[in-house]
Amino acid sequence: MAAQNKSPLNFKLVLLGEGAVGKSSLVLRFVRGQFFDYQESTIGAAFLTQTVALNDTTVKFEIWDTAGQERYHSLAPMYYRGAAAAIVVYDITSTDSFARAKSWVRELQRQGNPNIVIALAGNKSDLASKRKVEPDEARQYAEENNIMFMETSAKTASNVNELFVQIARKLPKQQQQDKPSGSANIKVNEPKQDAKANNCSGSC
Amino acid sequence: MDGEYDAIVLGTGLKECIISGILSVDGKKVLHMDRNDYYGGESASINLNQLFQRFGAQPNPALGNSRDFNIDLAPKFIMANGKLVKMLIMTNVNRYLEFKQVDGSYVLKDGKINKVPATGTEAASTPLVGFFEKNRLRKFLVFVQDFDRNEPKTHQGHNLQRMTSQELFSKFGLEKGTVDFIGHALALYDNDGYLTRPAEEMVERCKLYGESLARYGKSPYLYPLYGLGELPQAFARLAAVYGGTYMLHKPIERIVYNSAGEACGVVSMNEEGKPAFAKCKFIVADPTYFPDQCRVTEKVVRCIAILSHPITPGSEPSAQIILPQNQIGRTHDVYVFCVSASHMVAAEGKYIAFVSTITNVASEELKDGLKILGKVDSFFFDVYDIKVPNKLGHEDKCYISKSYDASSHFEHTSDDVMDIYERIYGKPLDLSKTMVNLNPDE
Repeated sequence: MAAQNKSPLNFKLVLLGEGAVGKSSLVLRFVRGQFFDYQESTIGAAFLTQTVALNDTTVKFEIWDTAGQERYHSLAPMYYRGAAAAIVVYDITSTDSFARAKSWVRELQRQGNPNIVIALAGNKSDLASKRKVEPDEARQYAEENNIMFMETSAKTASNVNELFVQIARKLPKQQQQDKPSGSANIKVNEPKQDAKANNCSGSC
Repeated sequence: MDGEYDAIVLGTGLKECIISGILSVDGKKVLHMDRNDYYGGESASINLNQLFQRFGAQPNPALGNSRDFNIDLAPKFIMANGKLVKMLIMTNVNRYLEFKQVDGSYVLKDGKINKVPATGTEAASTPLVGFFEKNRLRKFLVFVQDFDRNEPKTHQGHNLQRMTSQELFSKFGLEKGTVDFIGHALALYDNDGYLTRPAEEMVERCKLYGESLARYGKSPYLYPLYGLGELPQAFARLAAVYGGTYMLHKPIERIVYNSAGEACGVVSMNEEGKPAFAKCKFIVADPTYFPDQCRVTEKVVRCIAILSHPITPGSEPSAQIILPQNQIGRTHDVYVFCVSASHMVAAEGKYIAFVSTITNVASEELKDGLKILGKVDSFFFDVYDIKVPNKLGHEDKCYISKSYDASSHFEHTSDDVMDIYERIYGKPLDLSKTMVNLNPDE
């Protein structure tokens, strides 16, 4: 079959989870192939994109990091507004972070888009000797809640690409047209450009 | 929250969030707190349950799912070429938001609602003015379009820094009814005070209307999907991305001042219910955090209504209707806004209408606007005070914003942000320079 040369499907993906579980590290590993042992709390890099090529389509993730706003329960509703996918991260060496992850899953199921694809990621799988959360426990929780589950390591890169590819496979194969009817959506751009250049939807 | 900050910002309204974002991008360490458990303060958008709760009423499930509604507490539209759009672009906060045009812009004349003509071509076909007046209006609009403050040859010999608006209108031979809609529906003045002031501001405001209209076509206004409450959240995100600390649901116990009378910190309760002190060099806050240091300048009366039908002759899903003061025998205009599911702020098939005006009396003042709405499913009235700070903040290091005014757009809101910036930094905010560059992964 001839290559379809379709433009990639764009999806917003958000990360959730307690501080220091490795949310930013997972994204930096996935987007830039980097890992830092002492990654600072998230500053300045809270909106990254990365493309995943599947057999039949290309999926472009717009990845939103929490920018630290989860710390004092101050994450804005706009954060998960319109998100097609969410990765809820916990640290396998911390039961507290797993409990917090469960409450994020509940929050998403209550507030998020009803068709959102949720993946639970048990990060820091390289620290097996300090493990506090058993994979079976997490897997069972994921099955009961009908969400995906994987253990990952941003440090060794284990399962990081796989996690994003699995999510990409679960996403709809067509761009959702759940946006409102009527006139096109507008991204405001440089005022110098003429009206025609600004009057596009989605792709600008 | 213990710690030392450059700035503590109180209240997460749009103005405070823009300032917080700009301070953070500039490398300042910012602590941003709000007593409410939601973002936006007086510029939030609330769901249907929150709306009924606010007015002490029982929710009406027949209206639809509460969370499908995002009802603005300070309804306004964004001028497509105005200062708020420039702020969104210079900070790159535009990437967090999506907008749609507002579909219609109308004005009342002689009891009829008409589309606002804003270009030479539209002026030629509008039923708002008579045959001979059309040409005079067209000439005026062309003059406005070409006017450039720095190019004397575009001034056609008029000195607009001295000539009043009234005098300029006379030069163009415009009739009173035409002047009404130019001043109120294009320049967006809500009373006739501008007529005796120098005309330059009026011409610049008409120009902004025309340029904003030219950007997208149907109206000069933009409105964000999911309501205006998205705006403060987007700027708060910018601040957080640049290291700002956010704490919602954080009642403020007191402001601490040093011996020189300058604010130097804030006491709030920590998670264990014990007082915690955060130190700072200055405070930025909305008037609700400093009620004793603000005065009331005017009162706004408004009605928020949920309807099952559009309110304009063109049945647009979103629109503005301006009722100029002279057309309804008042001292201030009445504004009518309508938004709906097309901007993701109401359940499918429902419309939210806002009717507001500056008042001294009561809901009676809105009757001309309410007539336009027809049958409503549900409605609420309230009267609120517009407050402004008594001092600029240089002495006590408390930079206080003004309340959100009754104007139909964000230009005054943006002016207040620029004013606060200037009070803090001692120099004006340059809207033409990019503050935030996109990083290479975007």
